[in-house]
Amino acid sequence: MSDAPKIPQTEPRYSATFDKNTAAEIRRAAATGIYDIRGAGAKRKLPHFDDLLFLGASISRYPLEGYREKCGTDVILGNRFAKKPIHLKTPVTIAGMSFGALSGPAKEALGRGASAVGTSTTTGDGGMTPEERGQSSILVYQYLPSRYGMNPDDLRKADAIEVVIGQGAKPGGGGMLLGQKISDRVAKMRCLPKGVDQRSACRHPDWTGPDDLEIKIAEIREITDWEKPIYVKVGATRPYFDVALAVKAGADVVVLDGMQGGTAATQEVFIEHVGIPILAAIRPAVQALQDLGMHRKVQLIVSGGIRNGADVAKALALGADAVAIGTAALIALGDNDPHLEAEYNKLGTTAGAYDDWHEGKDPAGITTQDPELMKRVDPVKAGRRLANYLSVLTMEAQVIARACGKSHLHNLEPEDLVALTLEASAMAKVPLAGTNWIPGVTQF
Amino acid sequence: METITFDLDQHTLREVNQYLHSDAAELNGKTVTVANPNGSHNIAVGLKSDVNVTIQGHAGYYAAGMNQLANVVIEGSAGTGVAENMMSGRVHVKGFASNAAGATANGGLLVIDGDAGLRCGISMKGVNIVVGGSVGSFSAFMAQAGNLVILGDAGEALGDSLYEARIFVRGSIQSLGADCEEKPMDAESRQILVNLLAESGHQDADPDSFTLLGSARKLYNFHVDNAGDY
Ligand SMILES: Cc1cc2nc3c(=O)[nH]c(=O)nc-3n(C[C@H](O)[C@H](O)[C@H](O)COP(=O)(O)O)c2cc1C
Repeated sequence: MSDAPKIPQTEPRYSATFDKNTAAEIRRAAATGIYDIRGAGAKRKLPHFDDLLFLGASISRYPLEGYREKCGTDVILGNRFAKKPIHLKTPVTIAGMSFGALSGPAKEALGRGASAVGTSTTTGDGGMTPEERGQSSILVYQYLPSRYGMNPDDLRKADAIEVVIGQGAKPGGGGMLLGQKISDRVAKMRCLPKGVDQRSACRHPDWTGPDDLEIKIAEIREITDWEKPIYVKVGATRPYFDVALAVKAGADVVVLDGMQGGTAATQEVFIEHVGIPILAAIRPAVQALQDLGMHRKVQLIVSGGIRNGADVAKALALGADAVAIGTAALIALGDNDPHLEAEYNKLGTTAGAYDDWHEGKDPAGITTQDPELMKRVDPVKAGRRLANYLSVLTMEAQVIARACGKSHLHNLEPEDLVALTLEASAMAKVPLAGTNWIPGVTQF
Repeated sequence: METITFDLDQHTLREVNQYLHSDAAELNGKTVTVANPNGSHNIAVGLKSDVNVTIQGHAGYYAAGMNQLANVVIEGSAGTGVAENMMSGRVHVKGFASNAAGATANGGLLVIDGDAGLRCGISMKGVNIVVGGSVGSFSAFMAQAGNLVILGDAGEALGDSLYEARIFVRGSIQSLGADCEEKPMDAESRQILVNLLAESGHQDADPDSFTLLGSARKLYNFHVDNAGDY
């Protein structure tokens, strides 16, 4: 009857385990039979620099005057063995990003922006382009497993050489540049037919363990007459051992990339599930350097999710000598910009979430080889935006360092930091805010 | 022709390589002999002029690595990565070569009179390699371009994930890698083989006794039905 009591319905409830993204991925996998490949880094929330805070000065410590007292930002990289170490005005460098993944104008813009503020930029898989060599006053040349585009003339043209063992987004993984992005130029540089998927190997072809690495580094030193710093880049997995082995193998600089670090194209499952966050990797890496008496002698560059001057300052306070940025630099150039929303919508996505960089259809013209799309990057203007952004990162880090009473960014130290969460406290080995407790180090 | 000798019992490796990196004007046409190499690594790496180098014995890793223009003869055997990433010139190993001989090399000619170890010609990008003996497993893995001639036998997974390189084998093959298949010997390939045999001192070898291998090109663009081959 009409006046029968209405039975309350349960609200529709989504599963936390099988949430919308998860279910959509199951459907996509079922329809296509191939794992999801995408660009960018880990997207889920991870323990990160946001979980740390600076204490600042107080009665017991006094700050530096913001506008008068100097707070140095320069850094020297590679003075262990190299005759010509690198001098940077700011400890924020541009990470290695491949030509092929990025367009020529985007590479040029990175060079322009970095050079304007006195920092370095880095080649990537696929070799060195004249655009980036021409516009980068300090250029680091990556030596990768694929050796695509690798040649000794470019090695000699570089200011430093980075032997890439791994990347934070995919430690232990190789690369895949899908056929769509293989233009004539990319194909020629990599010595492969146009339009063919390019699988980049995950291991170097001519050496295996750490003892071989030592000989390989010696070879590169011999070829370049011991002039150029040699970096070794590793994805963050077992940082204590990897850093120790890199130092033993003769590295001048170790680059440590956490799991938030971007990639041009990797399996989603790899990006989100292999490797550790940079927050958890810095202290063991620094410990390895200290145990070997090499902290500040072999420099440590860290990367993976660096966004602002606070991140820079925190990374340095934990013991790094410099940082590298990839994703943030692309955003500064114009990647995922909201003004392109209509075009992102056409690709089935939205500004801020676009990560199908491997498809080569980037409306911003950055992660593409399409000659029309890449014209959208004005290397001068985009370079200027990057330079502005790099200056902001540096100034922000200085603001924090001065507040902590430090006359150089490198004087920041773990004692300036506390953690907001137990995880961050345990990983960064700084006390939980308001306590003296560092889980795993001190008793509660 | 002027000959200069470096004795690695007396000189450091650095001195040898530094000299070998002198200007072309200093080096062109000269012969440099390296005595008592005793397996030292990185001998004659990064050469970039038309100089003749003779290594009078065994060399360690990466002998003649990244060679450009130079003509390097190793009278003994060579360690891992001989002539790796060579761009041009000629490297001749009279003994055996260890793993990854000619890895990623872009050009030039690598001649190995004896056997070569694992992964000979891995990721090669245009070099020509002639091996008088046999090659180990995984040779020509992901080989992109160039020619690998094997007068003896080949180990397992020959030419795995091959791109556009050609492989010529005279002896037996333990197994082919994914996407590597036998091809009919076309006139162009046969001519390449004839030339390489002549250039490497094997002009007596009968080109018709070789099998030509190349890429089946099934892995060129990912398809789920081939997933098991990756
Ligand atoms: C588009 C793109 C291409 C990349 N290509 C390379 C590469 O060729 N070699 C490499 O070692 N790392 C590569 N990386 C990783 C960066 O060098 C760096 O480790 C990472 O971007 C740092 O993290 P972030 O993006 O959070 O700043 C690439 C990253 C991006 C975003």
